[in-house]
Amino acid sequence: MQTDAQVRLEDVSFTYEEASSPAVSHATALIRPGEFVAVLGHNGSGKSTLAKLMNALYTPTEGNVVVCGYDTADEKLVWEIRRRAGMIFQNPDNQIVATVVREDVAFGLENLGVPTEEMIPRIDKALDAVRMTKYADSAPHTLSGGQKQRVAIAGILAMEPSVIIADEATAMLDPSGRLEVLDTIRMLNRAKGITVVWITHFMEEAALADRILVITDGEIKAEGTPAEIFDRVEEMQQMHLDVPPMTALADVLRKEGMPLRRGILTVEDFVQEVEKVLCPSKSAT
Amino acid sequence: MLSNITMGQYYPVDSRVHRLDPRIKLILTIVFIVCVFLAHSFVGYLLLTAFLIMICRLSCVPFRFLLRGLKPLRMIIILTFLLNLFFTPGEDVWLAFWIIRITREAFLQALFYSLRLVFLVAGTSLLTLTTSPIALSDGIELLLSPLRRIHFPAHELAMMMTIALRFIPTLLEETDKIMKAQMARGADFESGNLLSRARAMVPLLVPLFVSAFRRAGDLALAMESRCYHGGEGRTRLRVLKITRNDWIACGVLALLLALIILEGIFLKGVLF
Repeated sequence: MQTDAQVRLEDVSFTYEEASSPAVSHATALIRPGEFVAVLGHNGSGKSTLAKLMNALYTPTEGNVVVCGYDTADEKLVWEIRRRAGMIFQNPDNQIVATVVREDVAFGLENLGVPTEEMIPRIDKALDAVRMTKYADSAPHTLSGGQKQRVAIAGILAMEPSVIIADEATAMLDPSGRLEVLDTIRMLNRAKGITVVWITHFMEEAALADRILVITDGEIKAEGTPAEIFDRVEEMQQMHLDVPPMTALADVLRKEGMPLRRGILTVEDFVQEVEKVLCPSKSAT
Repeated sequence: MLSNITMGQYYPVDSRVHRLDPRIKLILTIVFIVCVFLAHSFVGYLLLTAFLIMICRLSCVPFRFLLRGLKPLRMIIILTFLLNLFFTPGEDVWLAFWIIRITREAFLQALFYSLRLVFLVAGTSLLTLTTSPIALSDGIELLLSPLRRIHFPAHELAMMMTIALRFIPTLLEETDKIMKAQMARGADFESGNLLSRARAMVPLLVPLFVSAFRRAGDLALAMESRCYHGGEGRTRLRVLKITRNDWIACGVLALLLALIILEGIFLKGVLF
């Protein structure tokens, strides 16, 4: 038993009530404090179910999910788990409860029974961390998608969680909103040491994580650093996942005999490598 | 169009009336309604008019906003006046020809009854004009919270109001989007008679309902994941405090009520 795990999945299976096959089957994984872990899978792979298992919204039909040392199967611990493992959902509109930004951030604190005097500094701090202080008194429907998601993050942050689980939090946003949200989350991960479980089907986002779990048909099929994962190009393609274009290109070139290093993810990586191969003298200087 | 619907009737300025505690305002509005029903003479109605004008001035709400609240009811008010005018029996005949017979008593009763309606609407409009919907739902929750002991869902009611207010603009936007999508495919919402127009709404309402239910499911999940477990043990960001102004307002209303009651005892039948 490892005690330093933030989220621990022990042979977890989950079957929806009317479904014949499990949405998640025999998943075992370990997420350490301060890690940024991406869970990568295509639509219907069971990745959202996995997220809900980590927040005690679902309890596993088999196996155990342990979050911050609390077992999600224990009904008495549900609130302890949810205040420590905050969750952000896909649709920015459907997770904001109040009619004013500040009050929405307060929602979680109100639920926890935090005294009013203590609430105000915590709300201000949370809004400041996601750079939404300016909008504290705005109505949610006047904000952009990215801003709404940042408000949702602030709402979680005010509860001082140790884990943030983002269930496709950028899927409904435009590219600039996506960047906004991703930057905010990465900043929180680095500056505050909050563990992040980033559930996504975007390769580019997964590539930014410390570690990737690949999930297909409810099973965790692969695990490793982004470079390790995307290097298994053919395997990923079989799982209907798109490998980042530069990785795929490097793979093709490597097969043709070009001595490129493994684990190329971005255009910059690729350019550097190709330069090294084509004009070794230039890159040496 | 979208933003002003959320706010309902609310007239957002900062005034002494706006800053009153919503609980006090709710109770005082009820007291005012009682006053309206107790008034029986010109003096009483003059007092009520003076009071309304005073509150209106204090609240910085333009007078035309109050009148706007009366507009939907103008037919009822006129009808009340006419029915009372023609069908109240009386002695002191002012005018009589053919079957129409107008008496002094009938005229006064018609005037007072329709004024009573005007005052009722104006008084409650002043409440909604000076209190934001959120403050109002807070006030209702706190006023009804003693009833929780008999399992009245005061908190749930207020939460439902808040969520409804929150989703009105979202659903309006969505309606607009669906409507445009249907129009792009040839749907016609504007022409035809009432029945065909109502039928044209079906393809609009069905997707709207489906999406509203999906939103409700999502929201419930999001609320649960943020530790929502009903009103039990919940604290609030917005704490209502009764200030000196609230007591003054109570005093003014008590004075009004006392004067109206005295007027009812001493002047009833003198002028009416």
